[in-house]
Amino acid sequence: MILLEVKGVSKGFGPKAKRTEVLEDITLEVEQGEFVAIIGYSGAGKTTLMSLLAGLIKPDSGSIKLNGRMMEGPGPDRGIVFQNYSLLPWLTVYENIALAVDQVFPQWTPDQRRDHIEKHIAMVNLTPARNKIPRELSGGMRQRVSVARALSLKPDILLLDEPLSALDALTRANLQDEINRICQEEKKTVILITNDPDEAILLADRVIPLTAGPRATLGPSIPVTISRPRSRTLINESYDFKQTRNEVIEYLLMATDKRKVAMSKKLVLPDLLPEDLNEPRSMLGAKRRPRRRSEQKRETVEVAV
Amino acid sequence: MSDQAYLELWDLTKSYPSSEGEAVIVKDVGFKFRKGEFVTVIGHSGCGKSTILMMVAGLSTVTSGGIVLAGKELRGPGPDRAVVFQSPSLLPWMTAFQNVMLGVDQVFYTAEPHERRLIAEYYLTLVGLGESMHKLPSELSQGMRQRVGIARAFALSPKMLLLDEPFGMLDSLTRYELQEVLISLWRREKITAMMVTHDVDEALFLSDRIICMTDGPAAGIGEVMEVDFPRPRFRKEVMEHPDYYKLREQLIEFLEVRAHQCPGTAPTVRAAKIPYSSAHEPAATAT
Repeated sequence: MILLEVKGVSKGFGPKAKRTEVLEDITLEVEQGEFVAIIGYSGAGKTTLMSLLAGLIKPDSGSIKLNGRMMEGPGPDRGIVFQNYSLLPWLTVYENIALAVDQVFPQWTPDQRRDHIEKHIAMVNLTPARNKIPRELSGGMRQRVSVARALSLKPDILLLDEPLSALDALTRANLQDEINRICQEEKKTVILITNDPDEAILLADRVIPLTAGPRATLGPSIPVTISRPRSRTLINESYDFKQTRNEVIEYLLMATDKRKVAMSKKLVLPDLLPEDLNEPRSMLGAKRRPRRRSEQKRETVEVAV
Repeated sequence: MSDQAYLELWDLTKSYPSSEGEAVIVKDVGFKFRKGEFVTVIGHSGCGKSTILMMVAGLSTVTSGGIVLAGKELRGPGPDRAVVFQSPSLLPWMTAFQNVMLGVDQVFYTAEPHERRLIAEYYLTLVGLGESMHKLPSELSQGMRQRVGIARAFALSPKMLLLDEPFGMLDSLTRYELQEVLISLWRREKITAMMVTHDVDEALFLSDRIICMTDGPAAGIGEVMEVDFPRPRFRKEVMEHPDYYKLREQLIEFLEVRAHQCPGTAPTVRAAKIPYSSAHEPAATAT
């Protein structure tokens, strides 16, 4: 079943005179339960695409359908995890999640809501830190809260906007494994936006490159056929991994080659050799002359045979 | 000629005094760089790989041992060794062009002013900043700033190029772009280069040889790997080379397993306790 259907969506910014078309003709279909990774350069329009899917901005043309219904504005049927966590700094882990749950499930009893929140805190292994405020948490822990908050809404689709880009390599690897585990357990439909090919391949069922902007559009999707559960170390040896990885990187590099413009410009590199700055700059008031490679004299040495 | 050592590290050791005796960061590192060679030092963060590079740059003092470049022992920093740092380290009130000129004016002080400008323009254009060389660092993206850093290093016509995780702060795709920029410039100039990184793909794509460092304290050279993909290298061809993933696996295996247990690197001096958290090195991950 097709859960999300994006058809011919374009988006640009700025007044008519100097308008930048960011995205052009984006078409995407995501099946129920599928994990799709969209990978692209910084500045390509990844976040614009995510904001469109979230309903935070409206497309200039084209349509986005979720569950067969036209999407009008943001809603709790889509859980979003932003790169910068976006937690309220004066609320604890529990309160940050409760804020969302209380809004979305007002019909539940307080006990039901509390159990629901505790369950999601436990899911991201943050129970010991449930009463801490974001300032007291590490970057990785904050991002876990953000993931728990998004999942607690029981969204139809989870949107991850470069969730791990701000983290160091080790924390990133841990959280990748965790996201992998949770998404497999919950059978969630996920769209991940990233700039890391390895991350995309490790997590997703399908990788779609976003060509370089302006006027970025989605390339052909590359299926990832590596069997699950996927292990970070074993994946390195897998033939499928190498193939997919090469394919993704190649497409992305090709996308920039297209952007390159052949520029012919007259460039001159003067024939000069660097000076030794430890030597005095002038000798008895006489200025040094520049050393040139072409003026270096060839020494002839006579050798007795 | 090519077999002769152009840069020689000779029993290079770095240690700091501490309350529990000497804290040894790197111990007895010996290595010979051939002229025009691209050598990468790879290892875990905190293993002391940047310390070695900083000693070659002359920015960190040598505790014992020595460094010889082109037949002369090195003392202190100098423009014959250009460094590209992890952060571009540009002066924020100067344009990209002025930042490059700062070094060029010193090293080529005997030349005419217009010749010096030509040098800066030449290298800035080669790194792809022909259109934006008169912008301030704040107007440039992170990737473009690092391009200025590369142009600044090459513009000095140095004997050695020292790269300290030059692309560590960039996202993976910008990193690919900049690796291409670096390697195409390097191919023109054939400057002997030493790069520190922990990115396995980066090391394989760029280097002739890879030095694998064992974990600190008292880190040393665990293994030296020859990378002989034909040059000029193109990423697609390199990645499809039958040896590519074999070497990649070897490197990853070294970093994950053997870096921690190499014989001969057992800390001979009591050193493990103090975390070397000083400004020189990021905090070590204790293993």
